Amino acid sequence: MFIKQLSVFVENKQGALSKIISLLSDTGVNMRAVSIADTQDFGILRIIVNDIDKALETLKSNNVIYRANNVIGVELEDSPGSLAKVLGLLTNGGVNVEYMYAFVTPGNSNGAYLVLRARHNDKAEKILAENNIKMLSEEDIKMM
Amino acid sequence: MEYCYQPEIEKASREEIKNIQSERLVNIVKHVYENVPLYRERMDNIGIKPEDIKSVDDLNKLPFTSKQDLRDTYPYGMFAVPMENVARLHASSGTTGKQIVVGYTQKDLDNWGDIVARQLAAAGIEKSDKVHVAYGYGLFTGGLGIAEGARRLGCTSIPVSSGNTARQLTILEDFGSDAIACTPSYAMYLGESAEKAGIDTKKLPLRVGIFGAEPWTEEMRREIEKSLSIKAYDIYGLTEIMGPGVAYECSEQNGMHVNEDHFIIEILDPETHLPVKDGEKGEIVFTCLTKEAFPVIRFRTKDIGTITHEKCGCGRTFVRMSKPMGRIDDMLIIRGVNVFPSQIETVLLQMNLSPNYQIIVDRKGVLDTLEVQVEITEGIFSDTISDISRLEHELADRLKSTLGIAAKATFVAAGSIARSEGKAKRVIDRRNLD
Repeated sequence: MFIKQLSVFVENKQGALSKIISLLSDTGVNMRAVSIADTQDFGILRIIVNDIDKALETLKSNNVIYRANNVIGVELEDSPGSLAKVLGLLTNGGVNVEYMYAFVTPGNSNGAYLVLRARHNDKAEKILAENNIKMLSEEDIKMM
Repeated sequence: MEYCYQPEIEKASREEIKNIQSERLVNIVKHVYENVPLYRERMDNIGIKPEDIKSVDDLNKLPFTSKQDLRDTYPYGMFAVPMENVARLHASSGTTGKQIVVGYTQKDLDNWGDIVARQLAAAGIEKSDKVHVAYGYGLFTGGLGIAEGARRLGCTSIPVSSGNTARQLTILEDFGSDAIACTPSYAMYLGESAEKAGIDTKKLPLRVGIFGAEPWTEEMRREIEKSLSIKAYDIYGLTEIMGPGVAYECSEQNGMHVNEDHFIIEILDPETHLPVKDGEKGEIVFTCLTKEAFPVIRFRTKDIGTITHEKCGCGRTFVRMSKPMGRIDDMLIIRGVNVFPSQIETVLLQMNLSPNYQIIVDRKGVLDTLEVQVEITEGIFSDTISDISRLEHELADRLKSTLGIAAKATFVAAGSIARSEGKAKRVIDRRNLD
């Protein structure tokens, strides 16, 4: 099971990030999770939104270069070792994690969610499913 | 064996070509010294007499001619024969300033026809072919120049002139043109129009195109060859020297043979004005060897190009010139190296990157820095930093090997590089050299 993540190219200059965020918020798109990977000159803004179709339409009509990718959303218990367990499964399965970030929601005070992308995303998903790790669906994201 | 219009000269030995050039250079220098006040004055000023020029080896003793000289002497100041001997006038379009007027004697027109005929023959056009001339007829040299060549070769010319695309297509179909000559951008447009009109160009007799008068790329060549179902040849010329036919492409399609019995080409370092080696870039400079009415000596074209003396597969021995790679006015000197925006464009094209780019030159301490910013496109954007960084490194590497100096490559957001009507501001030079 995968969820859609939006990646947007953001120049490392004043106002570039807030411009993209405003575009989305102006059309009523709500963000579930945000992460930025940065280098000296540019960054990649990665977001999980409640309404992926509306977000795509907004970016497209404003000529923003983006990519919509499949990522894996994992529900984690709020206890030591829960993240280590997930990563351990992937390591043992020979899967490399390219990036990951976490978020929490008000509706779930006992745990957190992890967003991850692996070099071999399908393989990672299969391993987690086989080990009964709870993964998020697009529907879950909408309902949060 | 490839058909050749005048094989005795087109395939002469290099020694023969040098002898012909030397003999003709001596004559033309005498001609301009006696008949063009500007040349007499320039040569007198530097103490050079016609007798001092004994062979092509003495060429570098002669003064240059600039486009400005031709404007300053407008309209007839550079003419070397009385008007009663001038058979025709042509004029440059004047797109980069005041127009200039050039003249031809009947013998000049015959020579012009010959060099264009060499191009037509090299492109595989024969006497029995109908040549569709879609260059403008008029003061512009394109239309009548190609027609003159078709006449010398013995072809049928169809003087359609430019414009009215629907009519061009009708004539291609109904008259059965075998060859076409026009600007490459118009050829692109004709190809698109043919497709829209539902014309299957594969079924037309048309098989060859001769295109020039503006810069074009290999990508355009492939596009035109496909859409018009022809083989496309590049012809080079400039009004100041003759018009189309100064240099011509053969079946190898690998550089244009300069008609060296009529013109001398030099490739000079823009700073030192000394010749550069084969394959090195420099300013293209032409000297007319046979022109009677409007002979110019060492004309600085301000175009950048290269030449090669390497043997050509077609058997012709004339030196080959590259397509002009840009204008000298656009040249940047960075860390002592000559850099042309057109070189950067070529790299971007090779890597399928956006044509929207900007060059930023700065100086950190005593060192010049060069940064090339390119807009990111959907095709190359990946959501991982490493992919984009890898592309930046590849671009930087390719720029370094093409330009000969290190450059920083940076991707910027789509639409972030300012566009303006007309020419885009490609270069931002932040060096304060005053």
